[in-house]
Amino acid sequence: MTFLLARRRSPWATALLLLLALVAVGGIYAVASSSTQAEATTPSASTTLIEEGRELFLEGCSSCHGRNAGGAYQPDGTVAGPSLIGVGAASVDFQVSTGRMPLAAPGAQAKAKEPIFNEDETAALAAYIGSLAPGPAIPAPDQYDTAGISPEELALGGELFRANCASCHSASGKGGALTDGKYAPSLAETTPRNIYQAMLIGPQNMPNFPDTTLRPEDKRAIIGYIEAIRESPNSGGIDQGRLGPVTEGITLWVLGLGALISVAIWIGVKAK
Amino acid sequence: MTIEPHGSDNDLPEHKPRRADVDPKAAKRAERQVGFMFLASGLASAAFIVAYVVTPVDKDIPLPGFGTTNASNLLLGITMGLALFLIGAAAIHWAKKLMPDVEIVQERAPEASDAEHRDELLEEYQRGIDESSVKRRPFILGSMVAALGLAGLPAIVLLRDLGPLPGNVLTETMWEPGMHILIAETNQKIRPEDMEVGTLISAVPEGIDEVMEEEGNLNALAKAAVMLIRMDPTEIVADQTPEGEEPWTYQGILCFSKICTHVGCPLGLYEQLTHHMLCPCHQSTFDLADAGNVIFGPAARSLPQLAITVDEDGYLIAREGFAEPVGPSFWERG
Repeated sequence: MTFLLARRRSPWATALLLLLALVAVGGIYAVASSSTQAEATTPSASTTLIEEGRELFLEGCSSCHGRNAGGAYQPDGTVAGPSLIGVGAASVDFQVSTGRMPLAAPGAQAKAKEPIFNEDETAALAAYIGSLAPGPAIPAPDQYDTAGISPEELALGGELFRANCASCHSASGKGGALTDGKYAPSLAETTPRNIYQAMLIGPQNMPNFPDTTLRPEDKRAIIGYIEAIRESPNSGGIDQGRLGPVTEGITLWVLGLGALISVAIWIGVKAK
Repeated sequence: MTIEPHGSDNDLPEHKPRRADVDPKAAKRAERQVGFMFLASGLASAAFIVAYVVTPVDKDIPLPGFGTTNASNLLLGITMGLALFLIGAAAIHWAKKLMPDVEIVQERAPEASDAEHRDELLEEYQRGIDESSVKRRPFILGSMVAALGLAGLPAIVLLRDLGPLPGNVLTETMWEPGMHILIAETNQKIRPEDMEVGTLISAVPEGIDEVMEEEGNLNALAKAAVMLIRMDPTEIVADQTPEGEEPWTYQGILCFSKICTHVGCPLGLYEQLTHHMLCPCHQSTFDLADAGNVIFGPAARSLPQLAITVDEDGYLIAREGFAEPVGPSFWERG
């Protein structure tokens, strides 16, 4: 204790305090910013639903996507919102039910947040956009329901996940960084329906995996695998978000090496 | 060894006594601290045994800011770490506060043996030469040198087993003209219309499972894995088609090696709006819309492109094998 008291004014103490503060702030941010996503139901497109969706669209979406969903430009010529003709109901359901749309603020990419529209409103919006031009429809529950999935299907899902998904979303499905502030989101909380839709439509910078390349049964196997790795036990040490070498490296270099250096300094200092 | 207490003729700074040297109370306090650390270490060892017995091995607990961890591992690590650290800390504290801290100078002992011993050794050596009579019997000396030399040869012959030479395995993949491109893992053939703009899919050559079965390893996959990407043809700035050849790209569908040219990690981190393909290992970035050129990161070579077309049934096939070795650079590649 005398050692700490005697050194509370040293420049090292400031640096150490700063470091601890940074680690604490980062940790709190990581915990606080984990997103939640809501459920929505599959829409059955009726004329009234489409009409209801059109009104919601005019109210909530048309300022960026244009009054006829054909896209709109800002006065300086940049795209305010892309055309939604032909994106399909699945795309609307994905973007709106995960809270990505309406956009909170322009940025590198739309973030998942608490959805603005409720399930019925989302269904109406999806029905309206889906009625404009053919596009991917919202998948039926039996396409993404993984109850009773076999070990063989899980194994195939794992192979497909590692071949096509793990590069961005990481082998543990915890997401990862892309370029210029873009990122592949964590799949820890994503609903099976939203995972299916994301593969189908390829939102934002994600490539798409239509049913002709990854068949519906392949997608179901991948969803089953993602659900399985969420529940896998943690037999090792502190998982640190299962982000792998980045977080583990920072911890070791900053905390581990820091502790070793502190002890080495303590050993070397002459007693008073 | 000579120990010279401070005050003799050397450059050491003046010795300052520690508090524990002059104040018996401080010494007593230091003694208590050291003893307390040793006792705490003992308690930690006991706690280790308790944690080992009590904690279930499959229980995960949250650790705010760090995620979750296995409770048993965490407690075993903390208790054993404390037990060992406190022994070390107590020893250091003991040495720093209570053991003598006078500055000493220790002269190095001479390294060479004295003359008497050296002469004795030389005499023994000379006597060995004389008594073995190698100088008078040169036949023995010659045959012995020959035997010793030949004894090394079998070892050199065994080095052959480190081969054979790599041959063309580094330069050739199993892609051949007309080979179907199959979706990885599900082995379906692909038609161009199966892919939309923005579609990415990992793919392999037809028959790769048989080759891997035969070779008993994954080397074929490690070299021949490719990715199919479809883009709006107007967004493709350039591809790797040599001048005067039929295009290697088919209706906006490009086929690139999945193996990074840096150290061979499997690629797949694709931003479909920017057409950038990143390597998840070291962030090498290839612009797939511009002939797979490196635009960032440690990779030194463009991503090799595979020339593709369709067969008479409309399925995607390789038109040729890769025109250059895939994957990381190697010595003979130049």
